[in-house]
Amino acid sequence: MIINHPLLGPRDASEFAYLGDASLIDRPDWQAENAAEAFYEYAYLRDNPVGEHRELWFHEAGDRSWLVVTRNTMTHEISKVELARDVARARGRSK
Amino acid sequence: MSVHDLVAITALGGSEPCVETVGAVTCTEVPGVALASVAARLGQESKAAKALAKLIGSPAPGIGRTSGEALTAFWAGPEQWMVEAPFETHEEIADQATTAMGETASVTEQTDAWTRFDLSGDGIPAVLELLCQLDLRTLDEGSAARCSIHHVGCFVLCRTSRLFSLYGPRASVGTLHHAIITAMRSAL
Repeated sequence: MIINHPLLGPRDASEFAYLGDASLIDRPDWQAENAAEAFYEYAYLRDNPVGEHRELWFHEAGDRSWLVVTRNTMTHEISKVELARDVARARGRSK
Repeated sequence: MSVHDLVAITALGGSEPCVETVGAVTCTEVPGVALASVAARLGQESKAAKALAKLIGSPAPGIGRTSGEALTAFWAGPEQWMVEAPFETHEEIADQATTAMGETASVTEQTDAWTRFDLSGDGIPAVLELLCQLDLRTLDEGSAARCSIHHVGCFVLCRTSRLFSLYGPRASVGTLHHAIITAMRSAL
C-alpha cells in the first residue's frame, strides 16, 4: 500500500504508523458539563464502517507529520490524504 | 581533579574517525559537526523562515532541501529544520540559533544526539537502494530526506552525486555503521 504524502509524494505504508479513527482530533472540552460522558464516548466508542474511513496515520520513518488518510476498508483504496494539522485548524483547533 | 588526561573519542569509539572503502565508495565517520534543531512556533512560521534565512545567509530550505554556506540548514519536517556547521568554529551553534531565531522558533542543541557518515565516490545509489526506501531518482544535489535505515531513523543528504551524508542517532552508531558497510560489501 502506498500513501501519497501531501508534502513528500508517494511513500510506502511501512514508513507509517496507524493510530485510528480521525475523530480522535475532536477531543472534548474537559471543562464542559458533560465532560465525563463525552470522554467516555471519545475514548471507547468507534464506528466500524465498511467502506470509506477517515483515519490518522503518523509518518514515523519520515518527516514525522500526522496525516488524515481517507481509505476504503473494503478495497484499501486511498482517496484522499491531508495533513492532520490542516484538518484540525479547519475545525477551529490550534488558533 | 585534573581533566588534562581525558582523550576525545569518536562515536564508534576510535581516537580517529573510522574510514572504510569498498569498491569505489568510501564511508567516513564525520565527528566534527555541530547541530541544532529549529522548529517554528505556531503563527510565527513565515517570520521563522526569514530569521533562519538571515542565520544561514540563503533562503530557508523548502520541503526536502538543504541550503546555506558556512552554516547549512536542511528540512526535517513541516516548519522544522536542522542547522549544521563545523564543530571547530560553531560549537555554540544552538546559542547562535537561539539568538537569531528570537521568539519565532524553538531551538534545541542536537550536536551529540546524532552521528554522521559521509559516502563518497561512484556507485553510491547502489548502496543506498539496499539501505533505504527513498526514491533515489528524485534525489539530486541539495536534497534532504528522512527515512528508516536498518530500522533506525536517519537523514540522507545529497551534497553532490558523488557525496552523500547520512545522519543517524549517535546511540545507534554501531548498528548504522554495520548496515552501511554490509550494504557496501553487498552492492559494490
